Amino acid sequence: MSARAGDLPWWADRLIIPVLNLALAFLASGVVIWAIGESPLECAQIMVAGAFGSGQGIGYTLFYATNFIFTGLAFAVALHAGLFNIGVEGQAYIGGLGVALASLYFEFLPQPVIILLAILFSAAFGAAWAFIPAYLQAKRGSHLVITTIMFNFIASAVMVYLLVNFLKPAASMAPETRTFAPNATLPQIQQIAHGLGVEIAQSPLNLAFVWALICAVGVSVLIWRTRLGYELRTLGASRPAAIYAGMPVVRLTIIALMLSGALGGFLALNEVMGSQNRLFLDFSGGYGFVGIAVALMGRSRSLGIVLAAILFGALYQGGAELAFDKPAITRDIVVLVQGLVILTAGALENMLRPSVARLFAMSAALGQEA
Amino acid sequence: MSSNQPAAIELRGIDKRFGAVHANKAVSLSVAPGTIHGIVGENGAGKSTLMSILYGFYQADAGEILVAGKARSIRTPSDAIAAGIGMVHQHFMLVEPFTVLENVVLGAEGGAQLGKGISAARAALEQLGKTYAMTVPLDRPVSELAVGVQQRVEILKALYRGAEILILDEPTGVLTPAEADHLFAVLAQLRGQGKTVVFITHKLREIMAITDNVSVMRRGEIVGTVPTKDTTPQQLAEMMVGRNVRLKVDKAERTPGSVVLDVKNLSALDNRGTTRLRDVTFDIREGEIVGIAGVAGNGQSELLEVLSGIRRRAGGEILLGGAPLDPTHTDPARLRLAHVAHVPEDRHRMGLVMPFVASENGILGYQADPRYSPRGFLDRAAIAGDTRRKMTDFDVRPTDPGLRAANFSGGNQQKLVLAREFDRDPRLLIVGQPTRGVDIGAIEFIHKRLIAMRDAGKAILLVSVELDEIRALADRILVMFDGQIVGTRGPEATENELGLLMAGIEDGHATAGVAA
Repeated sequence: MSARAGDLPWWADRLIIPVLNLALAFLASGVVIWAIGESPLECAQIMVAGAFGSGQGIGYTLFYATNFIFTGLAFAVALHAGLFNIGVEGQAYIGGLGVALASLYFEFLPQPVIILLAILFSAAFGAAWAFIPAYLQAKRGSHLVITTIMFNFIASAVMVYLLVNFLKPAASMAPETRTFAPNATLPQIQQIAHGLGVEIAQSPLNLAFVWALICAVGVSVLIWRTRLGYELRTLGASRPAAIYAGMPVVRLTIIALMLSGALGGFLALNEVMGSQNRLFLDFSGGYGFVGIAVALMGRSRSLGIVLAAILFGALYQGGAELAFDKPAITRDIVVLVQGLVILTAGALENMLRPSVARLFAMSAALGQEA
Repeated sequence: MSSNQPAAIELRGIDKRFGAVHANKAVSLSVAPGTIHGIVGENGAGKSTLMSILYGFYQADAGEILVAGKARSIRTPSDAIAAGIGMVHQHFMLVEPFTVLENVVLGAEGGAQLGKGISAARAALEQLGKTYAMTVPLDRPVSELAVGVQQRVEILKALYRGAEILILDEPTGVLTPAEADHLFAVLAQLRGQGKTVVFITHKLREIMAITDNVSVMRRGEIVGTVPTKDTTPQQLAEMMVGRNVRLKVDKAERTPGSVVLDVKNLSALDNRGTTRLRDVTFDIREGEIVGIAGVAGNGQSELLEVLSGIRRRAGGEILLGGAPLDPTHTDPARLRLAHVAHVPEDRHRMGLVMPFVASENGILGYQADPRYSPRGFLDRAAIAGDTRRKMTDFDVRPTDPGLRAANFSGGNQQKLVLAREFDRDPRLLIVGQPTRGVDIGAIEFIHKRLIAMRDAGKAILLVSVELDEIRALADRILVMFDGQIVGTRGPEATENELGLLMAGIEDGHATAGVAA
């Protein structure tokens, strides 16, 4: 059989299927909202208006999207090499240490240099946290999913320990660092625009967003245009083929996961250096896990990941508005909608595919007879 | 076989599409009761689809199935079993750690209490074994049995469920010639007892040996059904391909040159630590094809892996052009640089990356060549142009470097692998199963190119489970059994002689006892 029954044209695979999955998730969310006694349509309106209706709303949507672009890219890079990196959350969290190191201890340097150091350090810390599971997977065959989950917990404990015992100012009760000096933070887009004479609404959207877009392009070039990307994809598609081709499988595994950890570490640029200006507990806030859904929904392609990240950013921002406007609806409903999107776009990704494929086959058959 | 008796199976106008692929086009077929009916055709001709419809794995888009003259709706394999149809698959459907008895009652346990069903089954199986002269050890785990015996278990399983009609899908692929002969004897016995057998194969020799009637399929259609005694292999081959084919390979005499590969006392373990190669010694010269014959699983795969650098050897020496290969630094990348090309046994897992397009597959293993990736960046235009040239040279169709490997037919996939490996001016070619799952037209082409490489002075190691292929191509034949080379013969060796060696019987002495 040269053509499988499940074959779809690429545009159907990348457009129709995600849109259908999304529609299904929204439909199910609508039913739940209707069951609580609220109007699904009105809620949808509030969410859309909250996410895209104002300059501020758009700023927040893109701010959240920045987090998802980093974690989505992180997960996707590993996935291209056939590796399921559940540890992006922990790698992002440890990446925060790198940012804090640059912002707290190098604040005497000019701002661009500090930013450069923060990028390097967050990548290095994230990558280092990915190295141990990567090494264990590549050399010893320890199951990556297990080890990376474990490392998320370890990251959590390590950060509490470091914040409480070393990083917190002596007089403070809160387990967080002191606020960074102004020149040791990332400029916000609104400040930059102001400097250029353009006034836009106040929001935490900052330069990390631009860096996220640069990373998206960079990952795309790496994966599809370089020899390293070719080798990573070969490993991901067929390990025996990679071995047959003489590729350094152990090294590729470690490289893929360290790249993934580095991209995850960039999350801290946005949250820690771009918005809160201090390192605090649990700043990674589950973005690492949602990144899995973003990567799956974006089909591991950079453009898809950016679009999916904006969708999830809009859900975050619109959901916050919704919880604010509707007393009957708490923030939990946002978690529910997200959960349903993750369920249909991620876990049930192949549920609708056979039916769509059948429709395509039928229309192809009709086309041939006509 | 009176003519007024209804056909055991009659298929009327069976039609099936998979997406754009029209796998069966209004197929009609009638199988007379108490006969062995062969179905031949190339890969992708629609044989397996047709049988899967008959056995309820797929449902036809149109058409009807009559069993013993009555229209039956077969929507699942249990419907097929209820209609008296049994199937022996190419890849056995057995639970390896279970005993033979447990496997046979699987799905027919006869209630929640296993004991009753088991004892009933034991009696029934002993009876069946006697009737058809098929004794199998009922209480041994299937994993301990030889492949031929496992196949008998599959047949017994079908008979135990009351099969009157038995479908066998490529049953001899995994058997030694002797085991195949035994299978044919069993089938003849079944026919003698009034059972009907449908026998699917792509080997014409088997059709001639065992069937009463034969239907030829091509591109989803049955192009003819004839009594076997009225036809010849040549005629069948032409019906299969739709044009004249040459079944013999032209090969000129050639005197081999100097030694290219020298293997001394080679041994190797598999991933579980079991010894799979013991004390293997041979050499290959320039302009010589050395064929390794043997039943699959006797160490050929490990030999290919060791020689191509994929598997580390446990002992022994390998000399390439007189220079010894360092055992710790022998990897596929280094061997490629030393002009060793490798066509792997399994193109789906190793030779190609199925989701990749042809041009990406065209550089697999050679991706570090500066022509393809100067300064680490892929030069897509150069890669596509180079792949197009190789595809044209090897007549890979469609000649589209942008098409995914999975969308080529088996023969064209294999030609793509060969095109890549032959293109590098190799000194030594290591070739595993070059024509497995490949249609006759492509086999002809591949054989010609192998001979051309030999005539160009390359040293070629050919591993194949197709004895005919080995005999047609090899200048020297080594027979492997249980990880050892048990005999060396010239191309004039008879099939019988090689068959005995493949079964581990050398000069009348069984060496089988040596096996673990």
